[in-house]
Amino acid sequence: MRHNLTEASASPALIFWILAGWAGFLILPWYGVEDGFFALEWLFDGYPFDEDFAPAAFLIGQGEKLWLAPLLLPLVIPLLALRLKKSDPNYARLLILSGAFGFAWLIAQGFGIGIRGFTFDWLTTLFGDLDDRQFGMGYGALLVASSFLFLFTQGIAARGAVNGDVFVVSAIGGVIVIVTTFVFFPIARMLLAAFITEEGGYSAAVFAAKFFDDRLWGLGCLWGGRCGAAWNSLILAVLVGLITTVLGLVFALVVTRSGFRYKRALRALTVLPIITPPFVIGLALILLFGLSGSVTQFFAELFGVQPTRWLYGMPGVLIAQTLAFTPIAFLVLIGVVEGVSPSMEEAAQTLRANRWQTFRTVSLPLMRPGLANAFLLGFIESMADFGNPLVLGGNFDVLSTEIFFAIVGAQYDQGRAAVLAMVLLFFTLSAFYAQRMWLGKKSYTTVSGKGDAGVHPLMPKGLAVPVFIAAGVWGLFTVVVYGMILYGSVVELWGVNNTLTFKHYVTAFSVRFEDAGIRWTGAAWDSFWTTIYIAAAAAPLTAIVGLVTAYLLTRQSFAGKNAFEFGTMLSFAIPGTVIGVSYILAFNVPPIEITGTGIILIVSFIFRNMPVGVRAGIASMSQLDKSLDESSLTLGANSWQTFRKVILPLLRPAILAALVYSFVRAMTAISAVIFLVSAEYDMATSYIIGRVENNDYGLAIAYSTTLIFVMLAAVGLLQLLVGRTKIGRRTQFTSGEKP
Amino acid sequence: MKKLSTLAFTSVVALTAGVSAAQADKLTLYCSAQEDWCQLMARSFEDATGIDVNMTRKSSGETFAQIKAESANPKGDVWWGGTGDPHLQAAEEGLTAAYVSPMRDQLHDWAISQATSAGDRTIGIYSGALGYGYNTELLAANNLPEPACWKDLLKPEYKGHVQMANPNSSGTAYTTLASMVQIFGEDEGFEFMKGLHANINQYTKSGSAPIKAAGRGENTIGIVFMHDAVKQAVSGFPVNVVAPCEGTGYEIGSMSIIDGARNMDEAKKFYDWALSTDAQNLALEVNAFQVPSNKGAETSASAPDMSTIKLIDYDFKTYGSSDERKRLLQKWDEDVSTLPQ
Repeated sequence: MRHNLTEASASPALIFWILAGWAGFLILPWYGVEDGFFALEWLFDGYPFDEDFAPAAFLIGQGEKLWLAPLLLPLVIPLLALRLKKSDPNYARLLILSGAFGFAWLIAQGFGIGIRGFTFDWLTTLFGDLDDRQFGMGYGALLVASSFLFLFTQGIAARGAVNGDVFVVSAIGGVIVIVTTFVFFPIARMLLAAFITEEGGYSAAVFAAKFFDDRLWGLGCLWGGRCGAAWNSLILAVLVGLITTVLGLVFALVVTRSGFRYKRALRALTVLPIITPPFVIGLALILLFGLSGSVTQFFAELFGVQPTRWLYGMPGVLIAQTLAFTPIAFLVLIGVVEGVSPSMEEAAQTLRANRWQTFRTVSLPLMRPGLANAFLLGFIESMADFGNPLVLGGNFDVLSTEIFFAIVGAQYDQGRAAVLAMVLLFFTLSAFYAQRMWLGKKSYTTVSGKGDAGVHPLMPKGLAVPVFIAAGVWGLFTVVVYGMILYGSVVELWGVNNTLTFKHYVTAFSVRFEDAGIRWTGAAWDSFWTTIYIAAAAAPLTAIVGLVTAYLLTRQSFAGKNAFEFGTMLSFAIPGTVIGVSYILAFNVPPIEITGTGIILIVSFIFRNMPVGVRAGIASMSQLDKSLDESSLTLGANSWQTFRKVILPLLRPAILAALVYSFVRAMTAISAVIFLVSAEYDMATSYIIGRVENNDYGLAIAYSTTLIFVMLAAVGLLQLLVGRTKIGRRTQFTSGEKP
Repeated sequence: MKKLSTLAFTSVVALTAGVSAAQADKLTLYCSAQEDWCQLMARSFEDATGIDVNMTRKSSGETFAQIKAESANPKGDVWWGGTGDPHLQAAEEGLTAAYVSPMRDQLHDWAISQATSAGDRTIGIYSGALGYGYNTELLAANNLPEPACWKDLLKPEYKGHVQMANPNSSGTAYTTLASMVQIFGEDEGFEFMKGLHANINQYTKSGSAPIKAAGRGENTIGIVFMHDAVKQAVSGFPVNVVAPCEGTGYEIGSMSIIDGARNMDEAKKFYDWALSTDAQNLALEVNAFQVPSNKGAETSASAPDMSTIKLIDYDFKTYGSSDERKRLLQKWDEDVSTLPQ
């Protein structure tokens, strides 16, 4: 469809990546610098000859780490391609060959030689003992690896893959490599444990024994006993998915299709739970509805009945999860509901459909991608949620807590954890496929290049009343829960001594002004700054990876696209505990050695939260007509320019959703983080849990409340920065003049 | 406003830079006791020796999982605190290193027997007896008698008022199970667990959760380590602590050096220091009510008086081994947890 008018023999991208490869080899330290990724002391500490900081070329020059020498070959070969034309078959051949060989060699040597010499016994038998060792890869190795990867993708593109589009092929290659490295590889390491016997061998029988377990699949609840964790999780997740989708839709409708005055307040309110650190909602619910909770006591006295522990178990978890995950459904649905083309609705009304018919036959079906994605996210979040079942679960066992305690509890059974993780994965992936079947191959495009100046009709009356009631009740409930939380942070001892005090805030966040500047004397500052720093670093990266992936999935077709999509969803479907342990297993040893750093936290957040960016991006992008891309391409833009100038601006709601979500999740996530925090990089949530364990409820809640306000401010700031999409529609209640 | 954000930024930079400044002697400490105790231990050791301490606090189960996952390339040096079982387990799997400290002659016998049962790969630093606590207000509101023995908890009037952790997930609850087996013998011990099962309202996941729920008024009686119950009472919650009349088991909080530690010398320095009177007296400054293992160290005035508690001769070697644990847990799973309540 597109023609390369310029047949420049050396494209800038090629020159760039060749230079990058050489820079990584000649200039930057090859191995990871122990003092941290951003510490620059190595520059003055014996560089470039000291073994710890030397670039690969200097190492080889001094006769060390000679297994890096073969890398010179694939670094030299691409130089030949500089003189060839892109259409020359040798151009592609040279690039593919050198890229593939270089990358493969990097991986092979990385896994083959570790901190104790050869990693595999057969290498030792083949070559004898190795007297040398190597640590994790650093800047140099990283840059050289990227160079090889992108030389390879440029070669593939030159052969005509995806219309010879270098940007698309490189993006696909890049996403595949990082997803493989940071999702498939660690998870595979973890899941292998399901087949390992106590003696260290592999056996399928071990798997079967752990899989067919009554605690997992028991159906006792049908006759008054207890059901297995698998069924509990499944039922809970379906309920949570349905309820959050409905509530999310309710709020989206109120915000976009009603004359409701306080939309901003409502928006903020629905976003509150998502920015609440774990355990806090659970604690607030206990104070309201627990055995000694105020609401329970009130009704018990009113009706003269004995207060019960009804909250502990499925009801409590269901309430808490619905509170926590409705905002996610709302975030997904608001973009979709706004995106539904008013022209189609107006067309329906012109054809004399009443409001209700329009809503039911036009608007609602067009929202299907949003509804399906919202349900899927609710389902998966509920499956993977760990904090709420822990606090409120009672005897209602779910997979995520079972997994956690199989690893850290008295059983020390990583195999069982792996089996449970597989069951959980199976459920979430089934939900994923069910969602795709339901959406089918229909088109949901509503934003086309033709412009659409219509106005969304208001909700039909029959719908508006129940919608307002539901939104009102739920909104009030949220306000009460958060009122409790705020109150809890300013009383002496929650539930026992209700004297008002600010001492918890002082303990956590006191500062002292000295000549040298501010001294952060409060107990919480360390973890607070780390958390902000990590979350701020992770959010934009998450959004970028997520949206690029969404773009590839909706706009490009290539072989293995389904597997690709599956891979990007995988990390989300796995509970954080599993991710945490698998990251330690995979990234504590070379070639990638990042445990104990801030990087491992950032990376885990990126890949935990990327799927939300992907889902939000897909939901929005499937509404954008392809003719928009095509006209841009016809006018001579390449696909990168099209992505940046046409699609990206129309994706603002999705970008915002991805940014907000990943920032907030990085600040509130707990289950994966517990395993990945270290002395220097302690996160707010793990600090809070430490305080809760120590009965410092006041301090924990004060800290959480502060985090809530910080995140509210951050969300507002992001909203300002990203801006809103102007789809060129008339605003409600203005006259029908053409703009 | 702008100044503040600049400051915030510089402090973030300082934070990252501070990481790399630690060049001198350093020690990575995995701590499984309560947060403020861990902090105090780390800072006091820094003051005493000038060695920089990087301390990470996690529960003993989490720390064990982490050390196991890191075993190919250990990152930690010393693991201080937390119940003895995971320490014994780590010793059994060779994750920790043997070390005989010169401080040993100052320790109680139980601390040394913990070391010998693990081939010197761990040592006792404090101990705490098992017992239970109850919420005085709830007990009164429900017109229940005050329990004093283990067997009292089997009375039908306590139905739905007792909470303990699930032995599959919590070391505390496993200690309870093993103690009952040792106090009453295996058959009668399991009969006791079955009777208890009928009165249990919830098996919590974490060991100290039952008494926290009792503190908040969400549960009446919680079976926990007594020092956890004391902590609730001292924090201001209406909780009474009971040392059961039949006698009771106990835990030995332990310390181990991680095998392959990068800072072995510093690790040994910490080890010796942590067994000293001075270091163990630090427990008095935080709300820690365990009994220290150094004979010369003081015990908090609020702590349960160990001389009045009938302690059984808990067999850590047998009941800490993974085979016996698996067998008992499986038996509990099959015979007790499946019964109707």
